[in-house]
Amino acid sequence: MTQSKSNPSVSDHERIAESVSGTLAKRNEPEVQTGLQRLHRFFHANPTAAPAIVLLAAIAAFTMIVGERFLAPFNLSLVLQQVTIIGTLGIAQTLIILTMGIDLSVGAIMVLSTVVMGRMAVEFGLPPALAVTLGLGMGALCGAINGALVTKVKLPPFIVTLGTWNIFFALNLWYSKSETIRSQDIEATAPLLQWMGTSFEVFGARLTYGSLLMLALFGLVWYALNWTAWGRHVYATGDDKDAAELAGIRTQRVLMSIYVVAGLVCGVAAWLMIGRIGSVSPQVGFMSNLDSITAVVIGGTSLFGGRGSIFGTLIGALIVGIFRNGLALAGVDVLWQEFTVGLLIIVAVAIDQWIRRASA
Amino acid sequence: MSNATPVLSAKGLVKRFGRVTALDETDFELYPGEVLAVIGDNGAGKSSLIKALSGALTPDAGEIRMNGEPVSFSSPMQAREAGIETVYQTLAVSPALGISDNLFLGRELRKPGILGSVFRMLDKAEMRRQATQQLSDLGLLTIQNINQAVETLSGGQRQGVAVARSAAFGSKVVILDEPTAALGVKESRRVLNLIKDVRDRGLPVVLISHNMPHVFEVADRIHVHRLGKRAAVIRPDTHTMSDAVAIMTGAVEVESDAA
Repeated sequence: MTQSKSNPSVSDHERIAESVSGTLAKRNEPEVQTGLQRLHRFFHANPTAAPAIVLLAAIAAFTMIVGERFLAPFNLSLVLQQVTIIGTLGIAQTLIILTMGIDLSVGAIMVLSTVVMGRMAVEFGLPPALAVTLGLGMGALCGAINGALVTKVKLPPFIVTLGTWNIFFALNLWYSKSETIRSQDIEATAPLLQWMGTSFEVFGARLTYGSLLMLALFGLVWYALNWTAWGRHVYATGDDKDAAELAGIRTQRVLMSIYVVAGLVCGVAAWLMIGRIGSVSPQVGFMSNLDSITAVVIGGTSLFGGRGSIFGTLIGALIVGIFRNGLALAGVDVLWQEFTVGLLIIVAVAIDQWIRRASA
Repeated sequence: MSNATPVLSAKGLVKRFGRVTALDETDFELYPGEVLAVIGDNGAGKSSLIKALSGALTPDAGEIRMNGEPVSFSSPMQAREAGIETVYQTLAVSPALGISDNLFLGRELRKPGILGSVFRMLDKAEMRRQATQQLSDLGLLTIQNINQAVETLSGGQRQGVAVARSAAFGSKVVILDEPTAALGVKESRRVLNLIKDVRDRGLPVVLISHNMPHVFEVADRIHVHRLGKRAAVIRPDTHTMSDAVAIMTGAVEVESDAA
């Protein structure tokens, strides 16, 4: 480096400043951490840790309060069945929330898809497999509409999905003529629609194909988010969209794909839903958008995008299920279940805020 | 030096925004293996010049050449594909992602064979290996864990990650926009050393900075921008900082001698 002859004052100035900052340089050494800082770092690096601890604590607490009855494989598998729909919608919701969006329409997409599956199979007599495929397609189409409104028309996801929630639900009422398709009719003409409700027993636990499919879907999405470039781009887009754009990621495409996948997952949830309740009802499940957001938030995924894990949502859904089940078994009034869920949401977001305060 | 073909050059660039002329037939040359600083008062057209060179802005007239070949970029992506890497003041890193993830963001490596082609599986181990290599080449190995989230790094380390990314992947020119603006003295020193390291590896660097001491320390030549055009090109060993400021503010008119 050719040293400039003309400005000795500069290097003097820097030397002084350097010696001043030398006293601060220790900040880079491994400092003595307080217990709280260590905890903060641990949670910052492991976003699923906090919900997992809550889940285990809840299971331990209810085992003490309720007793063996709670811990019985049958009861726990019942909880798994109960969270199947919310868990699956939670997958869709997690994807959207990771990109700093929110999807209020997941429940309505699911109901609309159940109606499509039911009517196609039962009333139009299409082959059940085709009817299911059309239902899944309807889910993906609804997601694509949300995605187009978010990425092309550039409206905020909250507003888009608040609108489409109402629109999809209205279309669902119109298309179904507000009529329920009875379980017996489905069983007679298209048993495949109810196949997801088929259950079998292992070690006293009663599992349904539906809950297994949900678990498989969690595994698949986990793989996609953590082991593919697409997954990295989803996180990067949610984390800092401008930065992702400058790094060469086509963020609009990523967002669009997220909405379509989320819609498709809602379509899967529709199939699980028919399996679970047996019938197709245009009135059931359109409010589950809020429950799915609850599962995501309790599962530690940040509403501010870019942080969280898909399995956190499974844990979040299980926490809600465990609390509802445990409180019910303990003989507590239903209203306290709602109260507890509300409390969990607030505590979860408070913890998230604390963890997000980036570097400890 | 002026006998060599410039890696990146511009001739007669014009850019108007309505009645404001941001670039007024300006010229620009970056030669192989040098650090060229671009200085100028606010509103002199520095950033318009840099944006034109990095594809973020399309000039109304004039031409840009890379290694003598005329090029035109309609997006930053095109400039990047041609080998012009820009580190923006806002850094453009994803805070929650790890260092390795950030280095490879947008150009991830996949596993060989069926895992990569069908299952699209990332080759995390290979990316980590290359990222570690890249950081140690640039003397940034104080970073302990290559998977560490970028937001847990200090400002200088983050800048280091951004520079490391720009210097990797076969880039031909690195443009740094105010890389030391938000840093303390010690951190700035690291980044300045990093700039020299990048230059010593043969990559020419364009450094936009307001910090005269920093400019005079690392630059081989200094392009002084004034009123939308190049007022002078000076050298740190023939001119002083006061000369530079005088040219910048128009107190002194200079013939383009040192270019």
